[in-house]
Amino acid sequence: MAAFLLKRLAQAIFVVIAVTLTVAFAIRLTGDPALMLTQGAGSVTEADLVRIREGLGLNEPFFVQYLNFLKGIFTLDFGNSFLGGTPVSLLIGKALPATLALAFTSLIVSIVISIPLGIKAATTRGKWADQMIRILSLVGLSFPNFWLATMLVLLFAIALPLLPPSGMDGFESFILPAVTMGIILTATNVRLVRTTMLETLRSQYIMVARAKGLSENAVLYKHALRNCAIPLITYFGLQFGGLLGGIVVVERVFNWPGLGTLAFDAVGARDYPVLQAVITVLSLMIIGINLLVDIAYGLVDPRIRTE
Amino acid sequence: MTPTASTPLLAVDDLSVEFGASRVIENLSFSVSAGQTVAIVGESGSGKSVTSLSIMRLADMLGASYPTGRILFQTAAGEIDLLKLDQKKMRSIRGKEISMIFQEPMTSLNPVFTIGDQVAEILKLHEGKSNSAALAEAKRLLDMVRLPDAAELLTRYPHQLSGGMRQRVMIAMALACRPRLLIADEPTTALDVTIQAQILNILRDLQKELGAAVIFITHDMGVVAEMADDVVVMWKGKAVEKGKALDIFERPTNAYTRTLLAAVPKLGSMTGEEFPKRLPLTVLEDGEPRLSGVERIQNTARYDAAPLLSVRDLVVRFDIKKGLLGKVTHRVHAVEKVSFDIHPGETLALVGESGSGKSTIGRTIQQLQKATAGNITFSGKPLSAMSMAERHNLRRDVQYIFQDPFASLDPRKTVGFSIAEPIRTHGLLDNEKEIAKTVDALLERVGLTSAHARRYPHEFSGGQRQRVCIARALASKPKLIIADEALSALDVSIQAQIINLFMDLQEERGLAYLFISHDMAVVEKMSHRVAVLYLGQIMEFGNRRQIFETPSHDYTRRLLSAVPVADPRRRKPLAMIEGDIPSPVRAVGNEPVLLAREEIAPGHYVARSA
Repeated sequence: MAAFLLKRLAQAIFVVIAVTLTVAFAIRLTGDPALMLTQGAGSVTEADLVRIREGLGLNEPFFVQYLNFLKGIFTLDFGNSFLGGTPVSLLIGKALPATLALAFTSLIVSIVISIPLGIKAATTRGKWADQMIRILSLVGLSFPNFWLATMLVLLFAIALPLLPPSGMDGFESFILPAVTMGIILTATNVRLVRTTMLETLRSQYIMVARAKGLSENAVLYKHALRNCAIPLITYFGLQFGGLLGGIVVVERVFNWPGLGTLAFDAVGARDYPVLQAVITVLSLMIIGINLLVDIAYGLVDPRIRTE
Repeated sequence: MTPTASTPLLAVDDLSVEFGASRVIENLSFSVSAGQTVAIVGESGSGKSVTSLSIMRLADMLGASYPTGRILFQTAAGEIDLLKLDQKKMRSIRGKEISMIFQEPMTSLNPVFTIGDQVAEILKLHEGKSNSAALAEAKRLLDMVRLPDAAELLTRYPHQLSGGMRQRVMIAMALACRPRLLIADEPTTALDVTIQAQILNILRDLQKELGAAVIFITHDMGVVAEMADDVVVMWKGKAVEKGKALDIFERPTNAYTRTLLAAVPKLGSMTGEEFPKRLPLTVLEDGEPRLSGVERIQNTARYDAAPLLSVRDLVVRFDIKKGLLGKVTHRVHAVEKVSFDIHPGETLALVGESGSGKSTIGRTIQQLQKATAGNITFSGKPLSAMSMAERHNLRRDVQYIFQDPFASLDPRKTVGFSIAEPIRTHGLLDNEKEIAKTVDALLERVGLTSAHARRYPHEFSGGQRQRVCIARALASKPKLIIADEALSALDVSIQAQIINLFMDLQEERGLAYLFISHDMAVVEKMSHRVAVLYLGQIMEFGNRRQIFETPSHDYTRRLLSAVPVADPRRRKPLAMIEGDIPSPVRAVGNEPVLLAREEIAPGHYVARSA
């Protein structure tokens, strides 16, 4: 286990460097933040711009800037935002929990819906229940997330003012963004659960479980589901990365004060420190989730545990 | 073991089973009484497994319907028709009154639950036992099926157990609630003969002890002769013959039964014969069994010629890495200093049980596996001295036929394409017309037609697929064919046809075979010389008569005596080799002892015990 974790740590360091280096380099190709900051400020001289760049540390060579940023990771000091000068760690500290809460709620919503529906579809293969579930899933897959988000707001916040249309304020405010993300995730997850379940139900030990006289629910939810876990966990883990990508758009629509909104604003303003920090945090999260997935394998499958 | 009650415990009466529009069982009737064993025999597609699943009403889950018939079962509350019960009531009978053992012990147990949990589950379900009481009972049951260290086994997972151990766990599970009827569906088919002997003994003893009725489903006439009181022979969904086991074996009346029995290879049937013999087949023609084909002594081995293949001191080991830094802590000693020659036109058989290294030897010769040490020489040239191009050409001269003909054909390519592939790969022909002609000729040679070339593997039966694999192997005009359990997955009647095909090809083309098999009776029929392998070493080596008529190593003798004989009069206490086949995995530094071999007769070598 210790060796495994060390290996993972080395991997994580490599991934963070690769990702942040690419981001730091690419964002500097998009233009000069000093120009951005002084837009509409009337007469700006070249001297003003130089002063601003010095103030932001942009006069240093690229590698020095990058090394400073790397040092910052270890002290949790990502510098200050170019906009307003707030420390980046403070911004992240506020946005991260909001994003995590939304991401996990969506994932849980989708797992809770997709497992029973997927199993239902698998056990009624080819019958009308299966057809309905598959059609619904296809419909869900076809929604673009921004469109679905807008429609839900129109329906449940404006036409029927039941839920808040935006912002993060209490339980109700979670419902619309989590359902938006949840529907899209569920659409793929149902299909995945159905396929892995069909595969598992063909196994001999399922026949044996039935031959024991177990009820259909015990066969499905005890004997079969646990054997579906490996592909499902793998996929849910991979999905988390995609989820974080999709969340940028959904957060934007619902004005959710999370990492997505933060990143969105930072891109617009060429706010290098914020953007680099957000990307770093996201890649660390994805690495962390993959680690959890690997640990979960061992928990659900004894064959992996003893290897 | 005679029937004790006048009313049978289970009576299947005029049963028909349909899947969609296709009827797989037609008007089947038979019965079984307490303490009695009824064997249902038949080849693939005869409907024997569907029969057992129908009695359990598990066939319902696969989409079966029952247009006619009754399945009458005697319970404490009187006679009930199992076909009239709903699934809820069936669940109280399944596992409690009627239980079942399945064919594949490797996949019958749920991989994510412990052995203890799986055995205890059924006790908790049907007998309402508490978890601790159920586990205690589970331990007693594991002791009963003679599993060592039962207490420790409770906490183990299926993948940590061998096939034989898993099948005993299945038996323990099936007998947990003392069922009055046990259905065993090919319970030993996937096991080695010595392990099969153990399982059959356990089943027989426990049946005596519990007085249960047993329905034994098998394709193996040897097992039938060992186990059955009564026999039902099934063919294409119908019972074609029923009766006492002795009558069926000695006075079969039905044409199909006679054909089936004729096709069964019987150990010892070749006693006194110097060479293998191609025997005529008994085939069913216009409802009558007829002999077809020629009888010919297979004197094809050219011992005067230089050996085609020489294997000297071959060692193959696999490293197992464990621990922090992936250091090699254990090794699989698959093959240890094995030497033999194959002459042109000779069939050399490698026999042994799982883990004996027989397949590893074949794979190493075919260059699918690297040797750790030792030399392989083909037509006088050592493999180690060959250039890349020469090694590539060697793959043309040596062809491999695998056990599973379905898995070894690409399902998305026509069989014509698969057969033509070696011709293209080795650039033997470059003209499309010529290639097509050759493929057609090959298909016809193996008993198929040129029209088959455009079809896909799933359109063929198992026997036809194996013929396709043989045609593919022949395509590159090889000198040596390695047949790795190539007959094991086939029905006996098909097996007999393929054996003859192998022999005819040998006669025609002077082919040499390395015949890898666990089936002693087939080996006796086919091979010129035999090597008996155990844990990667040759225990005994000699010609067919030496091995089968004067077996001189203890292991050979035990192996031979564990084979069930298809003759109910010769029923014997099956030779018991206690415990499992030992594992070839050893800790680094703990090298196996190499046994010295002694020539006790010209060409007959026996390993001395360590």
